[in-house]
Amino acid sequence: MADIKFDIHRCKGCGMCVIFCPCGNIRMSDVLNDQGHPYAELIEQGRCTGCGLCFRMCPDTAIEIDRKKTAKQ
Amino acid sequence: MRGERINPMATFTRPDTLKEKITHYCPGCGHGIIHRLVAEVIDELGIREKTIGTAPVGCAVMMYDYFDCDMIECAHGRSPAVATGIKRCLPDRIVFTYQGDGDLAAIGTAETIHAANRGENITVIFVNNAIYGMTGGQMAPTTLIGQVSTTSPSGRGQNAEGAPMRVCELLSALEGVCYLERTSVSSPKDVAAAKKAIKKAFENQIAGKGFSLVEILSMCPTDWKLSTQKAVDFVNNEMKKAFPLGVYKDK
Amino acid sequence: MGQKVLLKGNEAMCEAAVQAGCRFFAGYPITPQNEVPEYFSWRLPKVGGVFIQAESEVAAINMIFGAAATGTRCMTSSSSPGISLKQEGISYIAAAELPCVIANVQRGGPGLGNIRASQGDYFQAVKGGGHGDYRLIVLGPGYVQELYDLTMHAFDWADYYRNPVMILGDGILGQIAEPLELTPYKPIVELPSKEEWKLSGCAGRAPHVVKTLILNPPDGLVHHNDRLQDKYRRIEQELSLCEEYQTEDAEIIVAAYGICGRIAKGAVRRARKQGIKVGLIRPITLWPFPKAAFIEAAKTAEKMLVVEMSCGQFVEDVRLATECKAPVEFYGKGGGWYPTDTDILARIEAMQAAPAYAGRKD
Repeated sequence: MADIKFDIHRCKGCGMCVIFCPCGNIRMSDVLNDQGHPYAELIEQGRCTGCGLCFRMCPDTAIEIDRKKTAKQ
Repeated sequence: MRGERINPMATFTRPDTLKEKITHYCPGCGHGIIHRLVAEVIDELGIREKTIGTAPVGCAVMMYDYFDCDMIECAHGRSPAVATGIKRCLPDRIVFTYQGDGDLAAIGTAETIHAANRGENITVIFVNNAIYGMTGGQMAPTTLIGQVSTTSPSGRGQNAEGAPMRVCELLSALEGVCYLERTSVSSPKDVAAAKKAIKKAFENQIAGKGFSLVEILSMCPTDWKLSTQKAVDFVNNEMKKAFPLGVYKDK
Repeated sequence: MGQKVLLKGNEAMCEAAVQAGCRFFAGYPITPQNEVPEYFSWRLPKVGGVFIQAESEVAAINMIFGAAATGTRCMTSSSSPGISLKQEGISYIAAAELPCVIANVQRGGPGLGNIRASQGDYFQAVKGGGHGDYRLIVLGPGYVQELYDLTMHAFDWADYYRNPVMILGDGILGQIAEPLELTPYKPIVELPSKEEWKLSGCAGRAPHVVKTLILNPPDGLVHHNDRLQDKYRRIEQELSLCEEYQTEDAEIIVAAYGICGRIAKGAVRRARKQGIKVGLIRPITLWPFPKAAFIEAAKTAEKMLVVEMSCGQFVEDVRLATECKAPVEFYGKGGGWYPTDTDILARIEAMQAAPAYAGRKD
């Protein structure tokens, strides 16, 4: 579906994306990034609809979404 | 990946006017969202090269590290006066201020009111998180009744500290103001509305319509001592009651 | 040869500013400089400039901060209490190295004081009333013509050194009307370009940032201060103005600036007629302080008399400059007191009659 990428280094582990993903498809990692934060990651690859709500709520532009793939499918 | 972009034309990506630098803001802070919205609007309106922004004193003091346009760092509260000086000298540039609740509604109250009253053709982004973030959580003019802060340890009291100040309502009485809207960044719907309001505030300036201010209720998980979820709830359940969202003036 | 007019000091200062290209003024009414915002209010629109009566002196200095950042020649003015309000903004302007002109038409203080002339803000102007290590170029004119000419130079020096310049006037100079020649404006230094730093929108270049917060690296602010101090040393070497009147063979030197210097000159003239070997040093730049004239005078003069309209501020710099090689007497009062030339003459006569100073250390 959509091509979504989480920037592990930029993420501060705030969890806004986890709260607002309508599919509940984001979780925080068990490990910390090099800044000392847990970081957001997709639970189930391939299930992201590219709605962009996580991007909208992320304070750190740690998420990028390419929706072109969704449109073509 | 470290700052690589999948595709600069991707649907959802960092706007050009926002630099790559990772911000110093706390996890869950509303500044990050609001910075992005302002940068997106500047990109969409194609005005980056003629925009001059003013940085406040507050958590956003170093916003010139994040915005890729001409910037000036102002003394606490004085941004509207500085913006007035710049805009009057360069009327065809786009000048915006970006201020917290201490900057805009405490020390800078006079500058805010008088720039509004003169109808200065500037755009003011007012970030209201009901607390003084940078200095560690003191009471703000917009702190809620009963809200605990480091200088209101028993909770803000109506009799001692007065009620929280409603800036949009206050400024709506002034003739020189063309547009006032209060929004928030505490839900996707609110963020979309905030972006629309910010865009309108910049479009008003381009059209020469006068003073526009967008107030944005924002989260401060660190100084509120709340989790991200609880901070979002505080904005949605408590702050929106004290500061109702909506348009307060639209000439 | 410029047109000859009769103008008050306050008005002359405004006209000089406009002639020198000042196109933005923000200020607030306060006696005894109300003529300044009033004059600019009709004069600036005539030349396409901007006049704003700001809501306070605080707002005014911050409007200047913004205007100066765009590279526009700009000015604010006030009187003593209002200059106190501007101190935060002045520190910011100095730290950011932005050019502007600030006029203080001094009145009696401290507090609300009175509306008589005084020289009670010398420390504030020269030692820095705002926080941090910075310097203003400070000018102390004593005549309306001098005020006019110096105001035009002030804009040039502000641009040349990227520094705020203060015109330290007083209520008498502001209000006195004298014949004035409207000397045409001509830059007295080669003016540098502002393109490297001014705010104008980043089309075709990297963005410019005007800021004064330097947190990183930890010694970043130390280096910034070093650079500022280097600039101030350069200004001290290049800029120093004073009038020396009959000092060549003087045994007594009278030192006074501004309107007080003018009154003292009258006393010195009368003393000379009585055969007393007395001279006057009248500093015109108060910062940089014209040390050389005082050092030279201290070599041969037996005594110095400082006359100022304050409780003793300028006198400290005279003592510092001469390293007290000659005894320095002080004659002055704060609170809007004015000396007459007769009063000063009496002090000169008393000094003349007193025994020679035996404790000279060379």
